Amino acid sequence: MSDATNGASERFAIGISFGNTSSSIARINPEGKAEVIANEEGDRQIPSVLSYIDGEEYHGTQAKAQLIRNSKNTVAYFRDYLGKNFKSIDPTPCHNSAHPVQSDSTVAFSICDSTSETPNTVTVSEVATRHLRRLKDSASDYLGKQVNAAVITVPSDFNDAQREALTAAAEAAGLEVLQLIHEPVAAALAYDARPEATVADKLTVVADLGGTRSDAAVIACRGGMYTVLATAHDYELGGATLDKIIMDHFAKEFIKKHKTDPRENARGLAKLKQEGEGARKTLSLGTNASLSIESLADGIDFGSTVNRTRFELLSNKVFAQFTGLIEQVVQKAGLDVLDIDEVIFSGGASHTPKIAQLASNIFPETTKVLAPSTFVGAINPAELASRGAAIQASLIQEFDKEDIEQSIHPMVTATPHLQKAIGVEFASGGSVEFKPLLNADTALPARRLAQYSVPKDGGDVIIRVCEGARDIKVTKPEPKAKEEKPKTDEDDSDFDSDEDEEEETREIVWKTEKPIAELAVKGTKAGSKVELMVHVNADLGMQITAREVGGQSAVRGAVQSP
Amino acid sequence: MASVPVVNVSLPSLSAGWSADNNFKPVGTLSAATQRNLEPVGPHFLAHARRMRHARTFSEDERIQAQHNVKKTEDEENDEISEPEDSMMLAREAKDWKSQDHYAVLGLTKYRWRATPEQIKRAHRKKVLRHHPDKKAALGDRDENDSFFKCIQKATEVLSDPVRRRQFDSVDEAAEVEPPTKKEATGSKFFKLWRPVFVAEGRFSKTQPVPELGDDKSTLEEVETFYNFWYNIDSWRSFEYLDEDVPDDGESRDQKRHVEKKNANARRKRKTEDTARLFKMVDDCAAGDERIKKFRKAARADKDKKRLDREAEARRLVEEKEKARLEEEQRKKDAEEAAKADREKNKKAKEAAKNATKKNKRVLKGSVKDVSYFADGEPSAAQVDGVLTDVDLVISKIDAEELASLAERLSAAGKDGAAVKNVYSEEVKRLVGAGKLKEGEAKNF
Repeated sequence: MSDATNGASERFAIGISFGNTSSSIARINPEGKAEVIANEEGDRQIPSVLSYIDGEEYHGTQAKAQLIRNSKNTVAYFRDYLGKNFKSIDPTPCHNSAHPVQSDSTVAFSICDSTSETPNTVTVSEVATRHLRRLKDSASDYLGKQVNAAVITVPSDFNDAQREALTAAAEAAGLEVLQLIHEPVAAALAYDARPEATVADKLTVVADLGGTRSDAAVIACRGGMYTVLATAHDYELGGATLDKIIMDHFAKEFIKKHKTDPRENARGLAKLKQEGEGARKTLSLGTNASLSIESLADGIDFGSTVNRTRFELLSNKVFAQFTGLIEQVVQKAGLDVLDIDEVIFSGGASHTPKIAQLASNIFPETTKVLAPSTFVGAINPAELASRGAAIQASLIQEFDKEDIEQSIHPMVTATPHLQKAIGVEFASGGSVEFKPLLNADTALPARRLAQYSVPKDGGDVIIRVCEGARDIKVTKPEPKAKEEKPKTDEDDSDFDSDEDEEEETREIVWKTEKPIAELAVKGTKAGSKVELMVHVNADLGMQITAREVGGQSAVRGAVQSP
Repeated sequence: MASVPVVNVSLPSLSAGWSADNNFKPVGTLSAATQRNLEPVGPHFLAHARRMRHARTFSEDERIQAQHNVKKTEDEENDEISEPEDSMMLAREAKDWKSQDHYAVLGLTKYRWRATPEQIKRAHRKKVLRHHPDKKAALGDRDENDSFFKCIQKATEVLSDPVRRRQFDSVDEAAEVEPPTKKEATGSKFFKLWRPVFVAEGRFSKTQPVPELGDDKSTLEEVETFYNFWYNIDSWRSFEYLDEDVPDDGESRDQKRHVEKKNANARRKRKTEDTARLFKMVDDCAAGDERIKKFRKAARADKDKKRLDREAEARRLVEEKEKARLEEEQRKKDAEEAAKADREKNKKAKEAAKNATKKNKRVLKGSVKDVSYFADGEPSAAQVDGVLTDVDLVISKIDAEELASLAERLSAAGKDGAAVKNVYSEEVKRLVGAGKLKEGEAKNF
């Protein structure tokens, strides 16, 4: 009797965001909301760091603290080494922790992880397994139930070898990997799964600003389905870059006073890094951050403060790099900033208020910038990926393994997408207007419904279904039309950076490209509406139906596939 | 699908002269599609995947999903189709509640001890809806008898209290499964017949899950775990339910105590009996269990093999020793025999030599006699004596071979006295030369 139910409930899945710098775990609580789980130390952002002292394993924040005293036996920033060979990795982030070494075809770390003095060679897969096992145990402890499956997020540039290595590492940790999903999509899903969110067609930019790297992606969200249009990566840009600015700032101050550079000895550097990171995070919330380090260099204690304005001034260049990355990805997708409906900031560095503010200046007013500093209802950017993973985990945890595999097979995921938008043309008087119904890059097959008003006094109406294209219309403003200018000007006036040359206004204009079909709905009543349904098959054949709302008869027709 | 978006732009009026079949005129086709990868994430993608994999259209999929959802809720309501009610049971008096089958009253006979509290609650509600006295009255039933309703209440009262439910379950005879007899449970039927017995018995175990009987492919370890479990079972079965009613009228405390004591004794006795019964049952099962025999046989075969090996080795050693001993004996015997034959041969040779010596002595003595003791004519007694003494002297001084050659020479000399004397003289001379005789000792030669 209970066999069937047991089989299903045996699987208990969570969402894991396994980052290079920090990881987080989330689950769907009984109320159906995503909830990020804190580990034993109460951290929701668990540093992806493992440290060993006398054979004892430390994890998370405790391990991160060991970077100062026990850096040789502390492994950090290892996620990106998974499934790669030694030649192709960038060991820079590990400069202050255990250094990666070559081991056969993979990367390994030489650490003393047992009580013996001689260091063992631990492969990066093994390190990842240990890390994931700790995450799993933390989740199991928190939930009181053995967690045995997970959806894990990966960057969009993870190749097959890396995916395989991560899956193997997770299986070794006792986690069945239900699915690996892309971080930007997970972030988009986390926002779209909020109860107040509606399913709408939109173009979203996800800016994932991590600790050591930053990624950006343009996602077309069409009827709740996501298609990545373009991605851009910067492997050197991240929270660490900002930390470096703070560190340099304080180091200079220290040199001025004491004539020694604390960055020259490893321990001083580690201390400065740890405290600098803390200060940077504090500046995301407050306007002032203080820093105090005991025995920074030559036994001299150091204490100082920095305010946000100073930090922002120092970091201007780096901020420009962040926004540059976002602009770059939009360009790569062949789009204009005006096309973007939503910008989601994800990753720890997104807390920095100035980045989101600068980004919102790039985009038009209508674009929503979802970051803590610009949007009140924003979800903690560091938790987005794990929340998205948890949502996906809850959706598929009841499925059979085979079912999941079939569903994510390229047979299903590789689909034709509309090249151009399909909409209705309104020719009233001299002007021709076009209202898109199905946007470009909609996955096929697709179906859309919309209602259109009829002329005031009813009568016969015609619906012209066309393909359309959007154009960016640039109008040079007349000198006196100052007040007409969009409000962005006022916002921007605080920053006198790039205001001078942008004198023109830009707007989206739709143009009819190619008529597809015409439908006539006869004898509509005054004040009623006409409902139009367009169904596009995977082979580009169309069925179009139009009817007066509440009316009996409908006009139907099919358009052959080309 | 959420609400339909409304576009607040009025559609253009139909221009005069426009006409088409069914008011529809296809004018063009769509531009070629671009192939892209969908991200396999989110509920809408799953719907898309479902449509793709089952080749459904939008409306089909919506309909099937809707049906699916409807079915689920219906299932929940129909999961306990009530069992037919026995008229005998309906006529029961609530005061005999101790003897009633509470599960049957609630229509849960197919679940019994497996019924969840949730099921009991639902079953109770269902029964109450059917048998509520007010309902009966409303239906025009003048019968004021609500005894079955009371039975239902009593059954729920017992079954919804975990402690009392266990007490009832302990003595729920309908849930017992009779162990099969030795004859029945043979061969393939063994597992089929014993399994339900242990499942039923396993409900009393405090440790769950109870190890399963398994089948003929179970390993030694599994079988051992199974029997060890049953011989060490920690059972919650108790027999309070069969207690005699304790009078609580308060007037005879002694009576009350007496009954209580009796009950406690009865419980203890029943528990002991039950434990004994269980152990006997497990014994029976173990006795008929082919697997144990199989394992024992395997173990014995193993041991036997070792023993046989050892014995063979010992035997071989003994045999070797025996053989060595026999060989030694044979060798000794052979040696002895050879020695004996040698001795015999020696004896014969000696005897022959003796005889020859005797003969030669006779020849010697005869030779002197033949030549009448070197005397011319009849020899005097002294002469004879002297010659014979000398001959004896010679004989005593020479060995067998010399004697033989001497005898030969004497025979050659024959009856010639001078020749004989010559021979003797030569012999004496040789003996004197050899130092065996002194000059002049043999006077006559």
